Amino acid sequence: MKKVKLVTTIIVMAFISLTAMSCKDAKKEHNNDEGHNTEMNHDNSDGHHDSDKKEMAMNSNQDGNAEIILKDYFNLKDALVVDDEAKAKKIGASLEKSLENLDVSKYTDAQKLELKDIILDAKEHAEHISKSPIAHQREHFKVLSKDIIDMVAITGASNKLYEQYCPMYEKGSAWLSMNKEVRNPYYGSKMLKCGKVQREIN
Amino acid sequence: MKTVKIILLILLVAFVGIQFIPTESNQTDIVPVTDFLLVNNVPNNIKNKLQLSCYDCHSNNTKYPWYNKIQPVAWFLEEHIKDGKKELNFSEWGSLTIRRKTSKLRSIIKQIEGNKMPLDSYTLIHRDAKLSESEKKLLIEYMSDLKENLNN
Repeated sequence: MKKVKLVTTIIVMAFISLTAMSCKDAKKEHNNDEGHNTEMNHDNSDGHHDSDKKEMAMNSNQDGNAEIILKDYFNLKDALVVDDEAKAKKIGASLEKSLENLDVSKYTDAQKLELKDIILDAKEHAEHISKSPIAHQREHFKVLSKDIIDMVAITGASNKLYEQYCPMYEKGSAWLSMNKEVRNPYYGSKMLKCGKVQREIN
Repeated sequence: MKTVKIILLILLVAFVGIQFIPTESNQTDIVPVTDFLLVNNVPNNIKNKLQLSCYDCHSNNTKYPWYNKIQPVAWFLEEHIKDGKKELNFSEWGSLTIRRKTSKLRSIIKQIEGNKMPLDSYTLIHRDAKLSESEKKLLIEYMSDLKENLNN
């Protein structure tokens, strides 16, 4: 009987230490990688999903879907301009949803293919933005901006847009804005007015 | 004393019980034609490093450690590999569009540069997976060249 007890204790100890070890590792994981806080993200995106739907209903514009994506994109850009990490996270989650909702049915097959490619890529960047510190958000915003610029080339936009460019950030980075005045989302308050308008769209 | 014994017994049964729950093994015999190493005809020195440091979690073929036979370790690793492959799966590289490849290469470079990958928890056990400064430089240069050539 004593022997059984000893064996049981050893096994239980092993089990507990294994569990503890994997928990510790898992925790480390979350700090280390770019963040997989899906639970939080779900809450956020679900909340925004509803408001997106409402806006969609109000928007009589034919390109309603793309316009909602642009609206989120500009809000995200403005959050980065004012160095607001928390707000950028929230809008990132919302943007992820808006991207998913883009209706590509009215485009040609070639355009559909490209739009799907753009959406898939942009969604991933939006997701990372929704879970990352601001420096990392800006890295993803750079690639996201390229996706959105390519999207607008297909979907068009109801407003006049300005493609702006900062030669300093990561060997040169572009973004879209509704205003002609440059407000730099890559540097925020550090270099607010750094950049130039390189193209006018529409 | 009796309750302690009962608790211990329950734990023991639970521990033995979970050993029978199957996990999905991330292993395939054939290397798909879409594999990063094949598509890009990767030179041996880089190929070896990628397989050693990245492929366990970022491909369809994991070299499992012995302790993967024990639960709950296997669950933990399974979850990990699932997450890793979602972000980047080298086995499916060839099926990505130029846009996606560009994005992924950018992320690969950033992750290596920022010492975020391979994960510390991984290199803690897999000592040989750790990247030295010169290996990091080599990989970054290789990935940057690939990225440049994609866009040309």
